[in-house]
Amino acid sequence: MGNQVGDVATTKPDSTAETTIAADDWQPSIVAFLCNWCSYAGADLAGVSRLQYGPNVRIIRVPCSARVDPQFILKALQNGADGVLVSGCHPGDCHYIHGNLVARRKFAVIKKFLEHIGIESERVQFSWVSASEGSRFAALMNSVIDGVKRVGPSRKLVKEL
Amino acid sequence: MNEPAKDQFTIKLNGRDVEVQDGQTILEVATQENVKIPTLCHHESLEAHGGCRLCIVEAKMGKRTKMVTSCNYEVWEGLEVLTDSPRVQRNRRMTAELLLSRCPEVDMLKELAGQYGVEKPRFADAETTADGKPSDCILCGLCVRICRDRMKASVTDFVGRGVDMVVDTPYHRGSEVCLSCGACEHVCPTGSIRLSTVYPVPPAKRQSEFELGLSARPSIFIPFSQALPNVPVIDRENCVHFNTGGCGICEEVCPTDAIDYDQTDSTTEIETGAVILAPGFCLYDSSQKPALGFETYPDVVSSLQFERILSASGPCDGKVIRPSDGETPDSVAFIQCVGSRDSEHNYCSSVCCMYAVKEAVMAKEHEPDLDCEIFYMDIRAHGKGFDEYVERAKDLGIRFTRCRPSRVEEHRSTGRLAIGYVDEDTQEYGEKTFGMVVLSAGFEPPSEIKELAATFGVELTDSGFAGTQPFRPVATSAEGVYVCGPFAQPKDIPETVVEASSAAANAMVDLASVRGTEVTEQPLPPERSIDGEPPRIGVFVCHCGLNIGGVVDVPGVAEYAERLPNVAYATDSMYTCSSDTQDFLKGVIEEHRLNRVIVASCSPRTHEPLFQQTIREAGLNVNLFEMANIRDQCSWVHMQDHKAATAKAKDLVRMAVAKANVLEPLGSITLGVTQTAFVLGGGIAGMTAALAIADQDFDVYLVERSAELGGNTRNVERALDGRDVQSYLRGIMDRVRNHDRISVYTSAEVEHVEGFVGNFKTQLRVGHPGNGASPETVELEHGIVIIATGATESKPTEYLYGENENVVTLQELDEKMSESTFKVPESAVFIQCVGSREPDHQYCSRICCSAAIKQAIRMKKAKPEATICVLYRDIRTYGFREAYYSEARELGILFVKYDVDQKPTVRATGNGVVVETFDPVLGAQLEIPAEMLVLSARVDANADNDQTAKFYKVPITDSGFFLEAHVKLRPVEFASEGVFVCGFAHYPKDIDETIGQAMAASSRAMTVLSKDSVEAGGKTATINPARCNACGACVSVCPYTAIAIDEEKEVAVINEVLCKGCGACVATCKGSAPNLNGFKDEQILSMINAV
Repeated sequence: MGNQVGDVATTKPDSTAETTIAADDWQPSIVAFLCNWCSYAGADLAGVSRLQYGPNVRIIRVPCSARVDPQFILKALQNGADGVLVSGCHPGDCHYIHGNLVARRKFAVIKKFLEHIGIESERVQFSWVSASEGSRFAALMNSVIDGVKRVGPSRKLVKEL
Repeated sequence: MNEPAKDQFTIKLNGRDVEVQDGQTILEVATQENVKIPTLCHHESLEAHGGCRLCIVEAKMGKRTKMVTSCNYEVWEGLEVLTDSPRVQRNRRMTAELLLSRCPEVDMLKELAGQYGVEKPRFADAETTADGKPSDCILCGLCVRICRDRMKASVTDFVGRGVDMVVDTPYHRGSEVCLSCGACEHVCPTGSIRLSTVYPVPPAKRQSEFELGLSARPSIFIPFSQALPNVPVIDRENCVHFNTGGCGICEEVCPTDAIDYDQTDSTTEIETGAVILAPGFCLYDSSQKPALGFETYPDVVSSLQFERILSASGPCDGKVIRPSDGETPDSVAFIQCVGSRDSEHNYCSSVCCMYAVKEAVMAKEHEPDLDCEIFYMDIRAHGKGFDEYVERAKDLGIRFTRCRPSRVEEHRSTGRLAIGYVDEDTQEYGEKTFGMVVLSAGFEPPSEIKELAATFGVELTDSGFAGTQPFRPVATSAEGVYVCGPFAQPKDIPETVVEASSAAANAMVDLASVRGTEVTEQPLPPERSIDGEPPRIGVFVCHCGLNIGGVVDVPGVAEYAERLPNVAYATDSMYTCSSDTQDFLKGVIEEHRLNRVIVASCSPRTHEPLFQQTIREAGLNVNLFEMANIRDQCSWVHMQDHKAATAKAKDLVRMAVAKANVLEPLGSITLGVTQTAFVLGGGIAGMTAALAIADQDFDVYLVERSAELGGNTRNVERALDGRDVQSYLRGIMDRVRNHDRISVYTSAEVEHVEGFVGNFKTQLRVGHPGNGASPETVELEHGIVIIATGATESKPTEYLYGENENVVTLQELDEKMSESTFKVPESAVFIQCVGSREPDHQYCSRICCSAAIKQAIRMKKAKPEATICVLYRDIRTYGFREAYYSEARELGILFVKYDVDQKPTVRATGNGVVVETFDPVLGAQLEIPAEMLVLSARVDANADNDQTAKFYKVPITDSGFFLEAHVKLRPVEFASEGVFVCGFAHYPKDIDETIGQAMAASSRAMTVLSKDSVEAGGKTATINPARCNACGACVSVCPYTAIAIDEEKEVAVINEVLCKGCGACVATCKGSAPNLNGFKDEQILSMINAV
């Protein structure tokens, strides 16, 4: 798996101890870009169904997953986000015919790039959630939060002031 | 003298001054202030009991303090309360320890005691129940009180005295007075009391109608998660309040007083010019075939139940599990035609084959090792792309066995479901066992439909569906009353949506003279210019009753918002969407000169339009509005963590403020519409669409490539049911020719097209073959295009076609039969699927089964002694066409199945041919002599469809047919606005379906034509020409062909009318040339920076 590069980076002796301590208390900050028509609606449905998930995710609504510029992901990481999620409509269900497929092509590239520079695959994730999948959305939130918790606080790319 | 008691005063709660109302208890005040006090015997719908002693707090009374139970201790002025002092902690610890000693096995008590540091109680005197097990009842009395005080039933009470006291029913038996409402079980904190022990018979769960009995639901419930309106309803039959007058808890707890028990059905009178009936269908009740085990064996489910099981939002969260034990089965069998194509249902339900294949594919996607087998009679994959889908299902390992099993039995020892079968293709007999069986239940007319039909004077067919008029597939026997969907005939979603538009078109034609007369426009104040103004942001944080306010510290969020940059005003309100708050909002915008507004409340998906309307009424551009969703995506999903939810709400508001700072007003442009239609193709589809539009008083150009109107229909003499197609065609051609709104161009071809929705220009080359004059060029301006260019019957390349004069295609046979000299042959063989459903042309041509059967019946009726044989792969007489298949067999027409790997062979003889084929039923090779061999040749898409597609920037499928925007939801439209499709150009279909689809295309086209302008702009993309190098990357990702390269200026140009604002171009451009209004880079980045 490509994320081994990242694993090496976070398991340096000095950082291991910190990561383990952090795992208990530390709450990651995660930015989610959700398309208006499917995933954002799926998040709403999770709310209407009162499905509980971790409070770590800050949602930014975009018209389509295709609107998500790779620089948004990098900017979020630079600003100290510990994780980023991009979620759109299922393939074939895009409100904009095939915007999600355009997004998918773009993300395949950015994902490789991120792995190459040592960003763990748990940190930046892509998914599809439809408007009727409230429970899937809640489960996805928890799995993303757990994934980011596993790899610990983000250090790479973070802009120190 | 005592001072008169005040209504409001202050107390100290944990050292903090708190405003309270006279009469409140300490617990109520603490809840209101988000201070947690543990309780066990308390329930908000019951009077305070003070029994469990867990809610004790320390009350300071002058110099001394006293331990009081907070649930029933009323506040008084000057009271000081400590809810978590060391003394309170000590006392609660003892209470918890004593409770745990009594009931050491209760998890909830273990956890509670653990919070106070008690791992193991010091006192070992656990109470035991009558059967010697440790008790789990703490005698809190909640069950007794809720049953007595609220449900008015008093099923249980305290029995015995002192240490022997227990909660029980009279005589320790199930009680006759129990309503089986389950309130006792619901309120019990330890899970001690069970409805099954207090109710005399096993209590039946109220089954969720939407989940088809796969899960239970309460008496007050939201029918399903995406129901509109998304509000609860009360099941009066089971509601305790409606049965006994008791309970009424929902009314008390509802913060908006929305519960109204006195609501009754009301009758409303509506004046209308046309009626469309769309009552749907009823799924066949499979329990009418008891041999199939439905309702006998839990793991035999209906197809719709299986659909719910597979649904990610269904009762099983999308896991393939069987109802009996919640385990994933190793195998699933699908039995087709349950309640279709039998003695009581002489029709095919049309959709079951495809939904079964889909369900099998989905089940395998969830569980790749699942073994799926479909038992079928004919696979009816007659829809666009369906046959290809079935082939993919076969590749996935889904097995298809041709057989109609009559019985499903459970093996007692293994619990597996056994299906005995005879494979009709191999004649092998066998029995297979499965973990689960799905019955593909058919369609029946909607229940209680007779009354509705009688009300509207609609005649029903023998099978109970709506009867329709010849060549008017959605018109009923009652004038002005139309039908659509499965009520007229079982059909799939695409056909249903087409029919819906078709019914609307019929109604629009009827009502053309009064179009727009009922519309009133709302006057709006002029928009205020905010040029040069620094941002002045108003933030309105909503409590949404307790929905947000009960979790998030709403006033705290408003206070926080007020301190954010450029926020000029912030406040909180109980319901921001209420009409008085809307008026308040407008007032505040004017008073504080706000130029950006943020509402922090619920989802923009539901409420953004409302608030945008409000700020527009206050003179602000609608795009100066932003929402922070602190309910659906915060308070509702973090209910247990008030602190984190409040922090998140603040973050979301901060992000919204950051974006609001860079929001801009967006204008829109208005473009005129040429209110004229252009219909390409003069067959039955094109003519029907043209007439529908012309009958609504709009001009139509009808363009036909050949010299005459009529298209393929000219070759069809009669329809399947014997209707005279030719006289209908003559009638419609006359109407088209004589209609003063229709200009017909024959021998005309499209040469050049430019423009877009509302403003097309098409250049035609019109020939004059009659008088030999040279072709002329005509330029037409129009607002929309309907593509109805048809398709053609292919010329077969096998079975001696073209070599032997006795071998003809279906269309050629039709021509021959319309000639008076035609003599019915002594023997005829039809071969189906010639050129269809084979690797190069995998699609099904849809019409040939019905057409072949039609001709076979005509021959057989004309000459009953003739031997007529149909060689087929699957007979696809979907819907009511099935009746003609039945009739054909009754008439003695032979049907012999052949396999594509073992095709029939044909050799010529003196007066005809001999067809050789393998009959799987007899297991023998047959030799069938035939005077005439009729080939059901594939329908081919027009070869020049790709050219037409380029003209109008629309896609075509691999098979060459036009590809609609969405197969189900937008079946006659394209992503490119203003272009529509109908008839064979879309896919082969019969004459009624063609007429229906043409009407649908006209209906969709009228949404453009009926307006004199289109509005464009708003949240669309723009190009910064200085950054653009015309590389074309944006052009390639635009789903709407809204971007073109201006070769001269070397820059990309966006057509605002066509742009839908997805932003794909913005994220794709390497030079940041495009930007998307409303979601600009800087706007999204401002939010990212504010996280």
